[in-house]
Amino acid sequence: MKSIYFKEISSFFSSLTGYFVLVIFLLLTGLFMWVFKETSVLNHNYASLGQLFSIGPMVFLFLIPAITMQSFSEEKQNQTMEFLFTKPLTDLDIILGKFLASVTLVILAVLPTLIYYVSIYKLGSPEGNIDSGAVIGSYIGLILLGAVFASIGIFISSLTSNQIVAFIISTFLCFFFFWAFDFLSQMSMFYGKSDIIVKSLGMEYHYDNISKGRIDTRDVFYFCSLIMFFIYLTTLSLGRRNN
Amino acid sequence: MSIKVNNLTKIYDQQKAVNNVSFLANEGEILGLLGPNGAGKTTTMKMLTCFMPPSSGGATICGLDISKDQLEIRQNIGYLPEHNPLYPNMYIKEYLTFVSEIHNISNPKERIAEVIEEVGLVIEQNKKISQLSKGYKQRVGLAQAIIHNPKVLILDEPISGLDPNQLLEIRNLISGLKKDKTIIFSSHILQEVESICDRVIILDQGNLVKNENMQTISESVKMAQEVFVEFLNDLSLEILNNGLPSANIKMTNNRTYNISYKGDLDLRESIFDLAVKRNNKILELKSMGTSLENVFKNATKKS
Repeated sequence: MKSIYFKEISSFFSSLTGYFVLVIFLLLTGLFMWVFKETSVLNHNYASLGQLFSIGPMVFLFLIPAITMQSFSEEKQNQTMEFLFTKPLTDLDIILGKFLASVTLVILAVLPTLIYYVSIYKLGSPEGNIDSGAVIGSYIGLILLGAVFASIGIFISSLTSNQIVAFIISTFLCFFFFWAFDFLSQMSMFYGKSDIIVKSLGMEYHYDNISKGRIDTRDVFYFCSLIMFFIYLTTLSLGRRNN
Repeated sequence: MSIKVNNLTKIYDQQKAVNNVSFLANEGEILGLLGPNGAGKTTTMKMLTCFMPPSSGGATICGLDISKDQLEIRQNIGYLPEHNPLYPNMYIKEYLTFVSEIHNISNPKERIAEVIEEVGLVIEQNKKISQLSKGYKQRVGLAQAIIHNPKVLILDEPISGLDPNQLLEIRNLISGLKKDKTIIFSSHILQEVESICDRVIILDQGNLVKNENMQTISESVKMAQEVFVEFLNDLSLEILNNGLPSANIKMTNNRTYNISYKGDLDLRESIFDLAVKRNNKILELKSMGTSLENVFKNATKKS
């Protein structure tokens, strides 16, 4: 697993992918946080990182499928799957190596935004007037969310050798799991009856919960089980070669 | 016995890709796997490398079962697939470091330098894989297969597409490796198999049609000889057929013929006599006889 992990990390940074992801993420969140008048925290008169955590999932929606679309599709295109499968590695080693490398890249993209936190902490009046608990919760939520997106992306990538198809389908699925259940719950067939249940199937509900600074095991469990579910699906998809 | 294959069978949908194949291979032996396209050579190799499980039957490699001890087997074999899977964006050393990490090699740097030397990549060693020519890529593939010093080497058409010089080098390299290893080697270039293999297995449509020592094969090759002859003037097939009753004669045009026959008698003499008798002259007369091709053709001929 270690070997695959380091190989993936080095391939992110030997191609442009890694830098591209870091720069785009910081650029977009930076612009929304500080520059655009409508959304800037400076015009908001309220010391919070809310902007970062509401724009974060949207940026991830496009960036993470872009990271993961190559993970298996490229191996399929280079025909290197046969190489990996005939080396002393289990399927799970390969999948986890790739998954953890993608998550590492997500964490690396998120880390520099700690500067935003420090800035706002200093800007608060009085200094330090910020809900640090909510910030910590939001960071955990954002990283868990990124991990779920990565597991979705890796699963889709294992289904096709076409990177573009992998990108589009994983973006759609990420969108679906994040927002769609919220929209569904407002439809008349659910509204007022089972809307909470439908809502709680989607990621947004749990992400909002964690963002409040209340790290509930139910929410963490929800994210972890989604990750495990998609990793399990990936092992099934790789196992198909056995027939 | 390092490789023991027992009634190995692989069925894709309706088609039997490999049908009840059994053979043995000893340490220090190079086994040539021959067969026309689609004969089941690659499928057999894929099963031996635990890439896919057999539909029925089984095999053991160094006493390990291919359907149970997959990880251990993969640690003990080196495999070079037919299309030579490499990561084009990696540098040679980076790639070999990656492979040595997978295999948990204790002092990777030394071993990589050793292998680079062994496969003759010293001049190119600082290049990116995508910059290499096909022959050098093939060497990287080979380096990847031998870096962990496996007991069994499985090479799927390792020499196709190489130029004659590279061919010779890779051939020498492979024969040099055989000391303490078992090598299975597939090819459809018969000369290659002839020059380096100790034993030949011929597959056809999934069936094993021949499994013989190179020596036995060479002898049976002698029994099936072929002669090419070109006359100055036209000579009809009928006359030749009458003059050489035991031979099987194929006409290319009125002056050139391929004559095949069995037995260790040399027919060239009689052909010469025949030409003299008909007042014709021979422009070219050569024996094509000692090639594995005939055995191969006969073994895989559709009846």
